[in-house]
Amino acid sequence: MAEDDSMVFDRDFDGPIICVKGLRNSFGDQVVHEHLDLDVRKGEILGVVGGSGTGKSVLMRSIIGLQTPDEGAIEVFGESLLGRSEAETIDVRKRWGVLFQGGALFSTLTVAENVMVPIREFYPKMDRDFRREVAKYKVCLSGLPPEASPKYPSELSGGMRKRAGIARALALDPELLFLDEPTAGLDPIGAAAFDNLTRELQQTLGLTVFLITHDLDTLHAICDRVAVLADKQVIAVGTIPELLALDHPWIQEYFNGPRGRMAAGQGS
Amino acid sequence: MAGMTVPSDFVEEMTEDGVTSLRFSGDLSIAAVGDLPERLSDYGDHVQRLDISQVDYIDTVGAWLIHRTARDSGAEIVGADNEAERLIAAVSGVDQPAEVRPDPPNPVVRVLSEVGEATTIALMTLAGLVGFFGSVMVSMGSLLRHPGRIRWNAVIQRFDVVGVRSLGIIGLMSFLIGLVIAQQGAVQLRQFGAEVFTVNLVGRLTLRELGVLMTAIMVAGRSGSAFAAQIGTMKLTEEIDAMRTIGVSPVEALVLPRFLAAVFMLPLLGFFASVVAIIGGGLLSWVELDIPPATFFARIREVVPLTDVYVGLVKAPVFGAIIAICGCYQGMQVEGNAEEVGKRTTAAVVQAIFLVIVLDAFFAVFFSWIGWN
Repeated sequence: MAEDDSMVFDRDFDGPIICVKGLRNSFGDQVVHEHLDLDVRKGEILGVVGGSGTGKSVLMRSIIGLQTPDEGAIEVFGESLLGRSEAETIDVRKRWGVLFQGGALFSTLTVAENVMVPIREFYPKMDRDFRREVAKYKVCLSGLPPEASPKYPSELSGGMRKRAGIARALALDPELLFLDEPTAGLDPIGAAAFDNLTRELQQTLGLTVFLITHDLDTLHAICDRVAVLADKQVIAVGTIPELLALDHPWIQEYFNGPRGRMAAGQGS
Repeated sequence: MAGMTVPSDFVEEMTEDGVTSLRFSGDLSIAAVGDLPERLSDYGDHVQRLDISQVDYIDTVGAWLIHRTARDSGAEIVGADNEAERLIAAVSGVDQPAEVRPDPPNPVVRVLSEVGEATTIALMTLAGLVGFFGSVMVSMGSLLRHPGRIRWNAVIQRFDVVGVRSLGIIGLMSFLIGLVIAQQGAVQLRQFGAEVFTVNLVGRLTLRELGVLMTAIMVAGRSGSAFAAQIGTMKLTEEIDAMRTIGVSPVEALVLPRFLAAVFMLPLLGFFASVVAIIGGGLLSWVELDIPPATFFARIREVVPLTDVYVGLVKAPVFGAIIAICGCYQGMQVEGNAEEVGKRTTAAVVQAIFLVIVLDAFFAVFFSWIGWN
């Protein structure tokens, strides 16, 4: 295989995996983010919380390039992404996987074929049989039974669809995983199982996880640090005890409300 | 250290104790495996040891490759560091046989079952349409007994959407159709000096057939599809279920206003279309055949019997009913996902147009039987 300049990247890069500085996003007159800063460290699970409409998903979409911010700088793996074409950022985009809120599986393809889509797109030369094998073990790695591989998304339950979404997000063996409300719409048992899966995959594959959630149990169970979005900014980042030491009204209400205290009791 | 992806490779070695060993180097990752899977599969069981001590980086794809080779050849894996060991353990733990696609059935069976399925669906749809029409009639009957329940706002709004707002497009379409009929008629009839009969052609054809038929096709495409998509989306978002729980009949609230709008608007639109088409034909006759408008319209009144207008006006409400029933019925059948809305919308338009044309043929036979030619 010929060496290719575009393949140069720093695998041992030690700085923040994601570095957002001075981000500003607005829709018409409505400003969603203003001077937003956020660092995600290597190998951590960072939970992102915030009230509805504080722009958690917009932040994720800005980082993965689905939304062009008005101002600010975004670096992923130390590479600046803003203002560069899709072709220029392809090597960075190969190194992350995204699980969208509803799973966003391609409904006309089976689960295994869904996983094969990114592989075929980014590594078209890979041997066909090998690609199939890779897709199959990724499906099982995501905690789905092997019988789920040839099924279509419409034949799966909500929890299984999320797992299939994870399998597709992991298709390229990414180092960074974006999860948008992975446990929303799952029953508590399914949500806890999904939390465990996230933790296991993160440890086995050495992932960095950017996790948007509303689920207090998830925060307590698996997040190393939590970033709080409010007032158009990330107002605080830290472990839950560190956040509790702050006296911001929203943080206090969020973690010390009846649901927050209950989740804390179970999680610890 | 700035690393870069080093393509993976392996060399075959014979160790002192007579063991065939493959020594891997470079990165064993999805970006770097290249043609290794094909090259390794040639080895079969002629290898006893896989040495990965010199591998710089390994991901699950590399781990799977090593695991697969070891599994198929029975070779032992040596030189794995912690990470490699962890990954190989992870992928070997999920090594289970699986299919990528469901097995395709026998082609003969498949064709037969598809034909059978299509037939069943066609019959079921027909039965469903008739049943749906019945339920619309029942709820219309109950509304007639309690006229206070009629939702005048909704009905008037539908009249506006189905009727008034389509005047422009239907007018333009009919005008062009009138032009084309007159032009084609003039060309053909001139061959035996009968171009004056262009007037008969335009007047009778548009009032009797084309005005209403083309209007029905346009309304099916424009409003029938909208009925299916609107009601289908409401079905998906459970609005229809919510209505039922509150005690509002969806047929009464959603279907009847659309049904009434289509039934009342189609005769008006059809007549409007015929008139505009005649104007188009008249314009062409004036330019092309030198028949002045006054003469043209005088001729129209002579050659078009009043029954032609009746024929058009009798057919139009029936076509309107078909369009509304097909659209609303398909909308109510939506279940599951957004894709279904698209499918049902297409079905609504196709069925409506098909049924309109079939019924138009029946009407033609019927009217000539009662002597309205």
